Amino acid sequence: MSLNDDDKAVISGFWGKASSRAAEIGADALGRMLVVYPQTKTYFDHWKDKSPSSHNVRKHGKKIMDAIGDAITLMGDLNNALLELSQLHAFTLRVDPSNFKMLSHNILVVMANYFPDDFTPDVHLAMDKFLAAVARALSERYR
Amino acid sequence: MVEWTEQERDIINSIFSSLDYEDIGPKALSRCLIVYPWTQRYFGGFGNLYNANAIKSNPMIAAHGIRVLHGLDRAVKNMDNIKATYAELSVLHSEKLHVDPDNFKLLADCLTIVIAAKLGSAFTPEVQATFQKFVAVVVSALGRQYH
Repeated sequence: MSLNDDDKAVISGFWGKASSRAAEIGADALGRMLVVYPQTKTYFDHWKDKSPSSHNVRKHGKKIMDAIGDAITLMGDLNNALLELSQLHAFTLRVDPSNFKMLSHNILVVMANYFPDDFTPDVHLAMDKFLAAVARALSERYR
Repeated sequence: MVEWTEQERDIINSIFSSLDYEDIGPKALSRCLIVYPWTQRYFGGFGNLYNANAIKSNPMIAAHGIRVLHGLDRAVKNMDNIKATYAELSVLHSEKLHVDPDNFKLLADCLTIVIAAKLGSAFTPEVQATFQKFVAVVVSALGRQYH
């Protein structure tokens, strides 16, 4: 299930259109995850307000999506590109890897919601593979 | 026993009463076969599934997508007893169709994404949560008679 050249071209093409809304996409995806999968709120006990429109969710969602945008430019070597973030998630954040799937799902939902004509099945397939590859790279240092 | 609030019932009824089955059904099923190609294993007799365009224009897949989507109607009409409502269909999927129940979730995710694309700003986080709860209950009911 690794990314082939077609996937990479499709991803770059779609991101070319979507990247200008990266902050919005990230915030919306994170906000939706906290609502649709309430168990994920356990990682954010330090935030009083976890609603989709809250300052924390918007700021953190942007941070996540900016990192994903960077990963798109470096998708030739995700393990190296995400080495530091993997260490962060493994040793400091200790996010159970099952949560990556939940956030990825919501990123895909937001992309479909914002770009209904561009988020074709081919784009969906490539982005799903990419986000899974990101999740694998982020879990690399876990054990 | 699954509890539904009045708001959740309204959301589900609203989505399904304005749903274009002929549009959404084919889109959801074809997307599933494209994004998760191993699901094509159940459609050996459905003709050309060679690439995304073939799948998207395949009339047998389109017809089947409409049929599957209408299968959700019985859950909408029996929200307080989805488990019993799907007992027969669960046996069918297990004993006759031999569908791996993990696949139900894949189709449910594709349907969620197609609905997200269709509803735009009306697909709020709360609507999404309710819709996902609904399909999760259906998915669970469909897997219940497997042994």
